[in-house]
Amino acid sequence: MRNYPEKPERAYYFGTCLADMFYPESGMAGIKLIQQQGVSVIFPPEQTCCGQPAYNSGFPAEARTVARKQIDLFYKNYPIVVPSGSCAGMMRHHYPKLFENDPAIDQVKNFSARIFELSEFLVNVLNIKLEDRGKPVKVTWHSSCHALREMKVTEDSKSLIRQLKNVELVDLENEYECCGFGGTFAVKQPQISDVMVNDKVDYIRQTGAARVLSGDCGCLMNITGAMDYRHIPITGQHLAEFIWERING
Amino acid sequence: MANHQALDFEKNVSRALNDAQLRKNFKFAMGNFILKRKAIFPDETETEQLRTLGNAIKQRALSRLPELLAQLEEKCSQNDIQVHWAETTAEANRQVLDIMQAHQATLLVKGKSMVSEEMHLNKFLQGHGIEAMETDLGEFIVQLNNETPSHIIVPAIHKNKDQIARILHENIPDTPYTEDVQELNAIARKTLRQKFYRAGVGLSGVNLAVAETGTLCLVENEGNGRMCTTVPPVHIALMGLEKVIEKLEEVPPMLRLLIGSATGQLITTYVNMITSPRKEGEKDGPQEVHLIILDNGRSNIYADAQRRQTLQCIRCGTCLNHCPVYTRIGGHAYGYIYPGPIGKILNPQVEGLEAAGVLATASSLCNACEEVCPVKIPIPELLRRIRNESYANDFTGTIDGHGYKRNWVELGVWKAWAIMNTHQLINAAGQKIMGTLGLKLPKLGPLKNWTRHRTYPQLAKKSLHELVKEHGVDNE
Repeated sequence: MRNYPEKPERAYYFGTCLADMFYPESGMAGIKLIQQQGVSVIFPPEQTCCGQPAYNSGFPAEARTVARKQIDLFYKNYPIVVPSGSCAGMMRHHYPKLFENDPAIDQVKNFSARIFELSEFLVNVLNIKLEDRGKPVKVTWHSSCHALREMKVTEDSKSLIRQLKNVELVDLENEYECCGFGGTFAVKQPQISDVMVNDKVDYIRQTGAARVLSGDCGCLMNITGAMDYRHIPITGQHLAEFIWERING
Repeated sequence: MANHQALDFEKNVSRALNDAQLRKNFKFAMGNFILKRKAIFPDETETEQLRTLGNAIKQRALSRLPELLAQLEEKCSQNDIQVHWAETTAEANRQVLDIMQAHQATLLVKGKSMVSEEMHLNKFLQGHGIEAMETDLGEFIVQLNNETPSHIIVPAIHKNKDQIARILHENIPDTPYTEDVQELNAIARKTLRQKFYRAGVGLSGVNLAVAETGTLCLVENEGNGRMCTTVPPVHIALMGLEKVIEKLEEVPPMLRLLIGSATGQLITTYVNMITSPRKEGEKDGPQEVHLIILDNGRSNIYADAQRRQTLQCIRCGTCLNHCPVYTRIGGHAYGYIYPGPIGKILNPQVEGLEAAGVLATASSLCNACEEVCPVKIPIPELLRRIRNESYANDFTGTIDGHGYKRNWVELGVWKAWAIMNTHQLINAAGQKIMGTLGLKLPKLGPLKNWTRHRTYPQLAKKSLHELVKEHGVDNE
């Protein structure tokens, strides 16, 4: 169990490259949730990607170049909130390995220690209380593998959903199994990835939920892409955007 | 020995995924294994402590490996167990053959041994007129069906009961077709019992070898292992050199981890601790015990501190059971004796990257394997290492075949990616161009693979960077 700091005055926000390109509203929703709790949010405009795509594909030098840029940008001693378990896991747990033999390792460790996934930050640092103003709805939750096994924040995300009184959360069968995206895995081993995502979609259908929520845009892109392809009328949404909609009616 | 015949993994995967029965069998069996493991390790904190201990025992043993192997040899010799060293599988095969020929033996009964599979021992002996008979039920079935094991622990798990019934019916003379499990077991038992009595030599694997006492530990559930190691006049035990541990007191936690992870049992039906051949006045046991210790690329792996962690493996197979890829494609698709996550890191290091490097791409890095590994092998980290080595130059690569995938196209793509992602203005401009062109681009390469079963993601009209600016979020 991680020791969480007191509520800060300011927090950095690392929006992630996928939210930037495909899900900007979910990125904004995360910012607004933090601001609403009286914390001022700082978004360094030069930020890009955590570097994970190259790191997992056999190109550590390129990953290091991109990672170093982010480390330099988020230099002040504020917590860094990331609306993705996968990017947060990369920055918190893999940066120290990526820079193991680098003279800047202490700076890197300081950076990594300040990384928080959005749900864990809302629950454990801000102690957020949510009031649901939305209509009754049935949802299911998909955890990214890195939110689950690296950041270990799945329970925080689910506890946020459970705070919403008109939302029924149905557990997904095999919920701990990967949805099959895995970055370049999906394009290097498309046959296996296709089967994995289609199995995941089948499990989601079985829940009878109208919507699947996740804390990771990568999984959402994968799962909703496969649902759309099969014309399945279930929507996917990032948790932050869902919460923001619910509490604002 | 490196074999540079590249594996046609894509074809294997395609064949496996198109076999509905195979996928059903694996899904059912692996689901059961996951539940059983969970039930036998109910307390997370306690399990975590035990895994930490398992990791420490194996790391300590590996840190003193040369010394412990020397001690094991010395203690075994004192116990009248004859120790043989084999650098290659060819040498190990030759040693088995020499022992058999010295006793004019023509029949070998085998307990389960993955090292013997690694050596392709049965085929080798067959070429020298010796019959090698598998006696583990699963191994017996795959041998009858002329296959290799599809799993480290349960070799015939790719077959269901009906398929097994057919294999026995078609391959054992005068066997009626039956789906009754008791009857199927009885058929196998009757066939094997005769072989145990006639065999000149029995063979087994080794789960743990204790350096301090020269003890070979062997766990099993069918009793065939005990038959192989006690009934024939000669017993040959095969082990990879990484199986040695330091002390006898380390056996209980290691067995708890191994057995709980492998089959979800607290203890197996049989636990054999073999410390010598039959002594004077004893009524059973073989007159001779031989231990063959195989290297086959292991000392090469040992030489690198990060890669050395591969050798912590105790072959429990739990990483297979929990792997979303293995569960879908089964063991044979991997093309080598060791399938699943452990196979993905072991085969490329032993066989070389050109032959087996492709296996490292068959992972979404979901970390399910690392989470359950009883000795905490960082499998995802080692998968990344192998991926790095696939593109590495001579200064950074150490695995045979390193750099085999190095090409200017991929290198160029990642260099460009790094430039874009260190210059947000270029990145934003790139996104805008993509947004305009995206849907008009032909679906080639990665895009083609993505859209086989998915719609193409829509670029947002305004990026998060733009929204943040509009909302006046502080940029300091």
